Amino acid sequence: MLLIPCPHCGERAQTEFTYRGDATVERPHAEDSAEKWYDYVYTRDNPRGEHTEWWHHTSGCRRWFKVRRNTWTHEILGSESANSDNNRE
Amino acid sequence: MNSHRHPVGGTINRGHSITFRFDGRTYSAYEGDTLASALLANGVRIVGRSFKYHRPRGIFGMGVEEPSSMVQLRSGPRSEPNVRATEVEVFDGLEAFSQHCWPSVNLDFGAVINFASPIFPSGFYYKTFMWPASKWMFYERFIRKAAGLGKSAIERDPDSYSKFYQFCDVLVVGAGPAGLSAALSAARAGATVVLVDENGQTGGRLNFDDAAVDGKPAQEWVYQSTEKLKLMPNVEVLCRTTAFGFYDQNLVGALERIADHQREPDGREDRQKLRMIRAKQVVLATGAIERSIPFSGNDKPGVMLASAVRGYANRFAVRCGKKAVVFTNNDSAYATVSALKSVGVTVAAVIDCRLASPGESALKHIGNTPLKQGFAISRVRGLRRVKSVEVSRFQDNGEVIGSAETLTCDLVCVSGGWTPTVHLFSHAQGKLNFDEEIGAFVPREQLGSVQVAGSANGSMSLGACLRQGYDAGSVSSMKAGHKSEQKAKVPQVDDSPETPMQLLWQVPKVRRGGAKRFVDIQNDVTVEDIELAFSEGYVSVEHLKRYTTLGMGTDQGRTSNINGLANLARLRETDIPSVGHTTFRPPYTPVSMGALAGGDFGTHLSPVRRTPLHDWHQSNRAEMQNSGIWKRPFFYVKTGEQVRDAIIRETRQVREKVGIVDVSTLGKIEVQGRDAAEFLERVYINRWKSLPVGRCRYGLMLREDGFVFDDGTTTRVAENEYYMTTTTANAGPVLEHLEFYAQTIWPELHVHLTSISDQWAGMALAGPDSRNVLGALIGESEAANENLPYMGYLAARIEGVAVRIFRVSFSGELGYEIHIPSKFAQQVWQAVLEAGQEWDIAPYGMEAMTVMRIEKGHVVAAELDGRTTAADLGFERMMKKDVDFVGKRLAERDALVSAGRKQLVGVVSLSGRPIPKGAQIVAEQDARPPATTKGHVTSSCYSPLMDKEIGLALIADGRQIYGKELYAASPLTGRTVPVEIAHHIFVDPKGERTRG
Repeated sequence: MLLIPCPHCGERAQTEFTYRGDATVERPHAEDSAEKWYDYVYTRDNPRGEHTEWWHHTSGCRRWFKVRRNTWTHEILGSESANSDNNRE
Repeated sequence: MNSHRHPVGGTINRGHSITFRFDGRTYSAYEGDTLASALLANGVRIVGRSFKYHRPRGIFGMGVEEPSSMVQLRSGPRSEPNVRATEVEVFDGLEAFSQHCWPSVNLDFGAVINFASPIFPSGFYYKTFMWPASKWMFYERFIRKAAGLGKSAIERDPDSYSKFYQFCDVLVVGAGPAGLSAALSAARAGATVVLVDENGQTGGRLNFDDAAVDGKPAQEWVYQSTEKLKLMPNVEVLCRTTAFGFYDQNLVGALERIADHQREPDGREDRQKLRMIRAKQVVLATGAIERSIPFSGNDKPGVMLASAVRGYANRFAVRCGKKAVVFTNNDSAYATVSALKSVGVTVAAVIDCRLASPGESALKHIGNTPLKQGFAISRVRGLRRVKSVEVSRFQDNGEVIGSAETLTCDLVCVSGGWTPTVHLFSHAQGKLNFDEEIGAFVPREQLGSVQVAGSANGSMSLGACLRQGYDAGSVSSMKAGHKSEQKAKVPQVDDSPETPMQLLWQVPKVRRGGAKRFVDIQNDVTVEDIELAFSEGYVSVEHLKRYTTLGMGTDQGRTSNINGLANLARLRETDIPSVGHTTFRPPYTPVSMGALAGGDFGTHLSPVRRTPLHDWHQSNRAEMQNSGIWKRPFFYVKTGEQVRDAIIRETRQVREKVGIVDVSTLGKIEVQGRDAAEFLERVYINRWKSLPVGRCRYGLMLREDGFVFDDGTTTRVAENEYYMTTTTANAGPVLEHLEFYAQTIWPELHVHLTSISDQWAGMALAGPDSRNVLGALIGESEAANENLPYMGYLAARIEGVAVRIFRVSFSGELGYEIHIPSKFAQQVWQAVLEAGQEWDIAPYGMEAMTVMRIEKGHVVAAELDGRTTAADLGFERMMKKDVDFVGKRLAERDALVSAGRKQLVGVVSLSGRPIPKGAQIVAEQDARPPATTKGHVTSSCYSPLMDKEIGLALIADGRQIYGKELYAASPLTGRTVPVEIAHHIFVDPKGERTRG
């Protein structure tokens, strides 16, 4: 079980969180090409090594945030809130 | 009193004798014995049968490495199979049974397989029983019966188990010399230390060997160190606790066996405790395990590990035989000679395959015992136990010549060297190197937060164990943030130089035939099996393992794996590192399901959710039904009624009069903020900005891939506040989905989401008289159509309680949903029933609600199955064309808008028989799988309104074939029903009743 550093609550057990996946993809605009949308919805890289992922503190503050994690060693390298500029507490 | 126990010596408590039973016979033992030492003391030699050939098996080792002496421990509900006799601490009244044999361990019928073993080579089952393939299912029944070890208890486990989460600076695994030193040095530096050991006492090998520390018996040092540790407030010493798995971020799983050494737990004590220990630093002082040497007949009862024989003598004063031969390739086994002599066993000879003389201290151990250097045991003679051994000259090239000599003996003590226990290190993703000097894999390097010390590290001498332990303890306490003030003194030991071992992976047979040379004595894998596997092309170590089952037994090949790898390397004419090793995976030793479950079983595993009206339902004869984890009223029982009658009565109640149903399970989300309307616009397929305050709207959500996610009604209760409802099952997922979009995709929107599912209860009031009932509650003018029109919303008070009333309908009748703060739910529910008495109101359950929603063609989870689009369900006109929303882009892709998609339709049974749920829609009555289907039935019921069996179905281009006759075929139940395709809304398609 991993310890996930929630940027709002601190380190908590993995069981409090929900994993979503790749946080590096960006939702395309409505007018973007079908290929771009297809990529966004269906295709994901499967990197071995450092990766940035979405996690949700489901049983805690209910905030989505990014975790940098090494998919090979499972080492957690850090975390940041979803949008530091726009976060409102 | 024990025939094979020396009258003096050992650390057993001779003042306390114990009786126990094995296979129905009563034996005696002393406190401090293990089941294995007690059986040996009583002269019991055969305790089990091997897995494949049913060969007699005796006790081979003395601890966790034991491959052969497995027993069924205890009887009744506490009975446990495959327990190693070497790990069981004997208690008064202990009961154990041999397993995997019939009718008895000494006369085993299955042993006929042994005599037929030439026709049972590796892969025999695969090769013989796979043809014809169709018969495998038939063969398997008999093969399974012949296989298998013990039996698990079938009664409910009477004991309790618990889980415990623990944190410390330094976790030390193993309390042998290295572990004790590590714990001492880390604790002295001020670190919080947890020391775990799988055995009943600390000390590790020092309990079994005759060693000295600081000039005193090693056991004195063990005792003093342990006492010191126990007195320190920052230290916890846990014996009978096995660290079985190393998980991410230094999380170590450990199983504490609190009461396994007793007949049963004391009082309300747990039997076992699962400890999940999160440590800043971990010291692995897990020791090493002696391995065997494959030679002809090496599996016979009486062949034992030299270290085990030594341990039984030193610790238990037990004689494992009368006359012994020691066979070794290293110095460590020499100490067994002096240990044997101390308990009165004659040692016929020491057979050492090395030509070089052993070290000085090794020689001291054997005194005048004959030493045969450059020899090997080429064969063990004896049918059911060792009678004698043949000794041959062993050459440098690994060949043996002739049979030089036969030595009479009943005990062979074998040592093929020591294999470090690197399991946990490997779980931690540590990499291994092959160490040629000790012939085993050792940790390549220390990890950032894991130190390996002592023989686990490949350093076998006592001095090295103590030194490395102290170093690992101080390094790890430092890394955990504790500075060691004073340098601890490492105890002194006399480590005289040893002669290097000679790698010996098998002794060739002197002549063809003769007894097998076992590598794995639990799973009966021989050198010949490895040769066969190799010749058939199984040259990868992972393939070899699976083909021969080498190391796949309950002992996981602790005494045999490396011998198997080495023999594969020999056949491949390469070195062992190129062959590699199989992967070490948790758990190190078996963990009981009870401990893993802890308190989470039965209703504790899956909590039951009850609505705020639950008590009322129960006291009013509701038959409750599970709906996910919710308990919901199925129907309300009336005396003399069948289930079907009750459901028909309840639907009539609603269609003709007025009924009330609990809908509290709906998900409810409050959406607030100045951009709330914009947010809804983006997450629903339909329009929201145009919705005025005080009105509700049905909404449909898609996933980003264009398929329908969820539906519900959402109400604008104030300018910037919406009351959203979701389906019961998706209450959680919808909130998470909305939060993701609000927080990460559109953080610029000012919107706030709050789950209020638990805070609000809900009830649906439905039927032609529902407005009258509502009028009686809140006033006729308030309830009037003009004031509360269809899809209207009203904040009102019932009995002084502020409620939210929505004019929405699920049944297809005039209806209202009344939502109430949960704690007032029952009060309002009762008020509604009282007010409704005049119109003969009655509650109805889930089933009547389901029947009516099918009649009305409303979709639920059965239709929203993740594969349907809005258009499939007939909602294509709701979809906004001009603005973006979640799922829009992919909902427009070709595959989701092309002809031929399955569309929602109604089906009506033409034979009057019920339409099977999940049935496939086919064109031919006699269609048999595999057949092309046009679609499937999603929901079905008897419709009291139409007096017909009806259903909803998803059928290819279904909306174009209304009136067509097809068949609903259910191969599962063998029923086929002719159906007519109809519009999915059976009742009041124009909605006149609901709008009236």
